[in-house]
Amino acid sequence: MQVSVDRDRCCSSGMCVMNAPAVFDQDDRDSLVMLRQAVVQPEQFEDVRLAAELCPSGAITVTEDGAAGTGA
Amino acid sequence: MTTTPTAQAVPLPAPHSSGCPFAPPPAYTEAAATGPMTRADLPDGSSCWLATGYAEVRTVLSDRRFSADVRHPAFPLLVPGSRETLVTDNPSFLRLDDPEHARQRRMVTGDFLVKRVAALRPDIQRIVDEALDRMTEGRTEADLVTEFALPVPSLVICLLLGVPYEDRDRFQFLSRTLLSRESTMEQLKAARDEVLEYLRTLAARKREQPEDDILSRLAVRDDLTLDEIASTGVLLLIAGHETTANMISLSTALLLEQPEQIARLADPAALPGAVEELLRLLTIVHTGLPRVALEDVELGGVTVRAGEGVIAMVSTANRDEEVFGGPDRRPTDELDLERDARRHMAFGFGVHQCLGQPLARAELQIALETLFRRLPGLRLAVTQGEREFRTESFIYGMRSLPVTW
Ligand code: HEM
Ligand code: SF4
Repeated sequence: MQVSVDRDRCCSSGMCVMNAPAVFDQDDRDSLVMLRQAVVQPEQFEDVRLAAELCPSGAITVTEDGAAGTGA
Repeated sequence: MTTTPTAQAVPLPAPHSSGCPFAPPPAYTEAAATGPMTRADLPDGSSCWLATGYAEVRTVLSDRRFSADVRHPAFPLLVPGSRETLVTDNPSFLRLDDPEHARQRRMVTGDFLVKRVAALRPDIQRIVDEALDRMTEGRTEADLVTEFALPVPSLVICLLLGVPYEDRDRFQFLSRTLLSRESTMEQLKAARDEVLEYLRTLAARKREQPEDDILSRLAVRDDLTLDEIASTGVLLLIAGHETTANMISLSTALLLEQPEQIARLADPAALPGAVEELLRLLTIVHTGLPRVALEDVELGGVTVRAGEGVIAMVSTANRDEEVFGGPDRRPTDELDLERDARRHMAFGFGVHQCLGQPLARAELQIALETLFRRLPGLRLAVTQGEREFRTESFIYGMRSLPVTW
């Protein structure tokens, strides 16, 4: 799974930090989303999918790679 | 082509029923049962759309083809004649679109970061404990609304804004006048002027001697006037006080009807989920979130034309069986603290989604857990029929909740 964030869209809701705290953080300087880790572990897939679904401003994109895509 | 829905236009705002006091007005749930998009009549005689389905509400709140700009001539207003005041009043970012909305919102996002709010938890706990000490000292009965639900969020905002301790009683009194439906027009105006003047003076003082609070951080910027700082302060006060207070009192009243569910609040792993379920079921913005279409949009089987208003009914969307139901779950119009309610839109959706949500969650978790832990014998001091709900207000809630312990 690949996850990317578009900081220009982020409205600093904090939803991603609540739903997947291991993967997302908020930048101290500008309050915008930041990835904590470049690679998502399989046990985090579900949290990351939820974080993307519930990001209010559509700032999180998840790309499933063939092998892991059926996990949900 | 626009499909004409079979249902009759819903008059807005619809009255609450005399049935379940925790449910949104039945006209909205009935509209939702006929389809995700219904026609509705505004008080000024014009009509608009009512979006009641989960997917449709999500789209209205997050698709940039729908605007939150109150200055748009077709913006749907639930208070007739309020356009002039709203427009000349220099609308807060709640009712502006990006980029202006983002510019203003970003000035305060730093104070609502999840980690910043986490660091505030000990202060919130202290505020909650002190409010309970005062409420229970030498007494066995009190009104939970005025003694607990209202003061807690007010004191938390005072702390965030940096209102000095000695001014808190006056500030609380003014904010209560500002938010009370019993206030007369003159009282309202006087209270608003006094709060604005108070915040301007305080911000000027903080500009000279900045401290660690929101007003100081705004005051030291050179791109903001004292007027702008004061109006941001008032927005935070208005958006964060009654909302949280009504969630505290409604949640307490509902839990007292279903004492078997209260135990879950004592489990730290279950508490956050329990609060999400309370937010979902109670969705206190009963009147919905207004928007106006900037382009024609196909939605839920109808065409919303450019220039038509839409009210996004988060309360009905939050009762969608497909999203929140399940074989071993209670129906979605009932409280089920074991439900996965995380997809609720009680804080809205899209770029206007509640800025204060991490704070509201922390306040609700701490207030409810502490209340039921410290007062295990908590019960109503009146009959269920004597509880007073705020049925005419934009934010649904309780006028009073007499309790004993
Ligand atoms: C349980 C309590 C609360 C509820 C249910 C709630 C609900 C909401 C909702 C539904 C919106 C979106 C309005 C729209 O899209 O038209 C909103 C926006 C907002 N809320 Fe809250 N709120 C709560 C507590 C707070 C607190 C504690 C604060 C701050 C101290 C706050 C500050 C704001 C602000 C500033 C906005 C405007 C955001 C924007 O337009 O970008 N709220 N709230
Ligand atoms: S959920 Fe989306 S908008 Fe909210 S902080 Fe994360 S990336 Fe930003």
